[in-house]
Amino acid sequence: MSATGPERVELPYLQAASEALQDAQQRRNLANATTTIRAKRAAVTAEMSDWEGLRSAGKAIKAHALANLGHYLERLEASVTAAGGRVHWARDAVEANAVVRALVRATGTREVIKVKSMTTDEIGLNRALAEDGVQAIETDLAELIVQLAGEAPSHILVPAIHKNRAEIRSLFVRAFGLAPEALSDDPAELAGAARRYLRERFLATGVAVSGANFAVAETGSVIVVESEGNGRMCTTLPHTLISVMGIEKVLPRWRDLEVFLQLLPRSSTAERMNPYTSVWTGVHAGDGPQAFHLVLLDNGRSRTLADEIGRETLRCIRCSACLNVCPVYERVGGHAYGSVYPGPIGAILNPQLRDVRRDEALPYASTLCGACFEVCPVAIDIPRILVELRHRTVQRTRERSPLPVGSAEDAAMNAAARVFADHRRFEAAQRLARWGQAPFVRRGVIRSLPGPLAGWSAVRDLRPLPRQTFREWWRSREAAAGGHGGGSGDDA
Amino acid sequence: MPALPSASGARAARAPHRVALFVPCYVDTLFPEAAKAVVAVLERLGVGVDFPREQTCCGQMHVNTGYQHEAVPLVRNFVRAFAAAETVVAPSASCVALVRDHYAHLAARAEDPALEREVAALVPRVVELTEYLIDHLGVEDVGASFPHAVAFHPTCHSLRMLHVGDRPLRLLRHVRGLRLQELPRSDQCCGFGGTFAVKNADTSAAMLADKVADVIGSRAEVLVAADNSCLMHIGGGLSRQRTGVRTMHLAEVLASTEGSYA
Amino acid sequence: MDTGEGAATMPEDARSALLAAVRSATDAVRDADVDGAYEEVARDYRRHGEASVEARLELLCERLADYGVRVTRTSGGGVANAVAAWAAERTVRSWVVPPGLPDAWLARTRDVDVVPDDADPRALDAADAVVTGCAVAVAETGSIVLDAGPGQGRRAATLVPDAHLCVVRASQVVELVPEAIDVLTAAARSGRPLTWVSGPSATSDIELVRVAGVHGPRTLAVVLLEGA
Repeated sequence: MSATGPERVELPYLQAASEALQDAQQRRNLANATTTIRAKRAAVTAEMSDWEGLRSAGKAIKAHALANLGHYLERLEASVTAAGGRVHWARDAVEANAVVRALVRATGTREVIKVKSMTTDEIGLNRALAEDGVQAIETDLAELIVQLAGEAPSHILVPAIHKNRAEIRSLFVRAFGLAPEALSDDPAELAGAARRYLRERFLATGVAVSGANFAVAETGSVIVVESEGNGRMCTTLPHTLISVMGIEKVLPRWRDLEVFLQLLPRSSTAERMNPYTSVWTGVHAGDGPQAFHLVLLDNGRSRTLADEIGRETLRCIRCSACLNVCPVYERVGGHAYGSVYPGPIGAILNPQLRDVRRDEALPYASTLCGACFEVCPVAIDIPRILVELRHRTVQRTRERSPLPVGSAEDAAMNAAARVFADHRRFEAAQRLARWGQAPFVRRGVIRSLPGPLAGWSAVRDLRPLPRQTFREWWRSREAAAGGHGGGSGDDA
Repeated sequence: MPALPSASGARAARAPHRVALFVPCYVDTLFPEAAKAVVAVLERLGVGVDFPREQTCCGQMHVNTGYQHEAVPLVRNFVRAFAAAETVVAPSASCVALVRDHYAHLAARAEDPALEREVAALVPRVVELTEYLIDHLGVEDVGASFPHAVAFHPTCHSLRMLHVGDRPLRLLRHVRGLRLQELPRSDQCCGFGGTFAVKNADTSAAMLADKVADVIGSRAEVLVAADNSCLMHIGGGLSRQRTGVRTMHLAEVLASTEGSYA
Repeated sequence: MDTGEGAATMPEDARSALLAAVRSATDAVRDADVDGAYEEVARDYRRHGEASVEARLELLCERLADYGVRVTRTSGGGVANAVAAWAAERTVRSWVVPPGLPDAWLARTRDVDVVPDDADPRALDAADAVVTGCAVAVAETGSIVLDAGPGQGRRAATLVPDAHLCVVRASQVVELVPEAIDVLTAAARSGRPLTWVSGPSATSDIELVRVAGVHGPRTLAVVLLEGA
């Protein structure tokens, strides 16, 4: 089995997206899946008369927790410690992996079972454990599927959304050593095969690693929200439980769950409630793991927190509603984003959490259609942050460039800004364009354009510029009417 | 015909309503008929129209592509061109959204307190065409007639940034002879996205293909939207595929008196 | 950079550096003022249900049915019959009975071996079912919450067996999630583990087709005990 993690070699975003667009099967799978879940989400949020109130409260609670994050992290540490758990702090992926490896090594186990966790994928924990000869077994059905396929997850909530039942069947037949005729591609039968395969692991494995959806500073409670029961298995049966959590997941008080346990399931799986939610506090004598470790991870979060505009990204509760409504994600899929965080949230989270040149393309992978902002349960203004990150990319490109401008685009934008800053220059440019378009007009239509505009004309016609601009028409009309009433603009 | 304010002589300076028209740069240059139609509709309703000539571009392309500093002179030009206007009407939700959602921030970032004050004073007075017709004038029936099968594409920025809701549809439902066809998945983005169509050309083309298929599926003769930018993109695809479906700005439909017996 | 054993033995560095980074990233708020700021969060959502008792119970039954959960409504001594009928229908030969479960609920059940709730996981795996009470149930979401109180057992006991029968008293049913969170406050503050169950385990990981029953009990059934 292969691990997934940040070292995976990635194509540049645009190239990866173009290749993904050629994958007709994946595009059908994605379109079907996102269309289905979109409609379901719309139905279970529409039935809530107070949905907007919940969203506002969710946003406000998260904003408050982030504004006082140091305070709440220390309270969480005190609560967890008082309840018999141990808290560890990790500034980055290397430190977090080192903490988990040391804890696992101390138990002497060769296998750990894992609950689906974005955070452990983010730090590449499975590969780190493999260096110690420890195998991490993913127990979430979809994570198991992508692990068996040697791939990376392509969706936060439905990591195998890009795979259909026939592909999964052949994967299971091979991995579980089954006779081909012993397994059909019926999803219930496929799930049954996974149940049999994993049950023995649940009963026999002494160490589990999980993430956390929330942790309550007031009580020290850690919460895992899930559907299949693998989360309950991992947080209940092993002797040792290690939970890795981003520092932004902390909630101030117990009552705050009344908001998030409504927002999260309806936004993510589009259910009124997810089948299972586990809440534990430190160690419970005689019930569940007798050793509990909570690893608090920074890995770029405090840097993001320091940014006034970017900060609200940290409100994200990883529901994936923004992926499901995103027209770009629907076409290119999750892998093109080159991160465990794909889609609109990935397009703003990755460039902030990590300092990777490849991520500079991500904020441009959006039409700014606003569908993500509309569904976000904590009202993250993703389009605004995308625009802000584009601005920063332009600045950085310019700083890297040996020339006064960052790129040809930069030069063009500067020239355009000069033209638009004064209507006389603009009017001259209009006349010039009308003259300059002549070589491209064929039978009244422009079918082919040069340079960066070739992508436009590959699939779209463009009508030529008409003989008269609006402002020319307006002036001629004013002149005909006697030269008055035309507003303030008639220049001297 | 419904009772309408007298259309003739509506340009008189004594008109009870007077607005300054903002014509987006690409509409001015490429789609002047849409802007002329706005003038026709407003004047028919008795609104006096000014066109401050200093106006150029709201700066959306610059802002959305990451050139915020470069957009500042455009912001300055916009607020000064319209400083004297009581109300600014624009036939583009996208440009209005840019003004509403970004101008204050751009002015603040430019560290120009005077510009910030000018922006704060002007922004509340900038409205999109359907907002103006319905909210300011209280008119849904503009006296238009357009006997064709029409599909309406509600653009993303009008839906999700300006929240114009069903205002355009209320206007269209009052157009005589017009048959409104259902456009499947109408709330889905067409894939234009400004420079997105150039920078992410393949993805944009994939989204366009789906939108064109839905437009064909609607069996409309004409695709209507309240923004020429999306229409330029979808229309370009409809034309390339020789679908025979035309595109028109909402204002052109509202200005139409085709087949009218009045 | 710390590696291996170093990280486990030198956490203080990472802790102070991380907290310093977080504190310098946010405006300085005195710890004493945080609680006041917290109270300013607007909570403009439903916090108290308005449905009548009957409507609330009806809603719970409807929502449970949506999850494919069979609900038997009964009262008084009827609970023993309902429990016995369920066990007979499934031919349950052994089940886990947690301490504190009212004896009366099992009064009519015959020939079922009792597995203690602290049995090891393999013994739990061999049991046909588990029967429990609960702490609270939420009508609007069809959720049942176990809080390790009397008659609810250890967490493994309601997880490993393949069928779970839960007796819910009508008085334990609230309408809304915030009401349930309120009921559970004492349990949470005293550190008891909680398990929220909303239907049988499920996955939609394969083509988003919902499959009921993956790792948790594949069958969940509820006896709703009215007048109790």
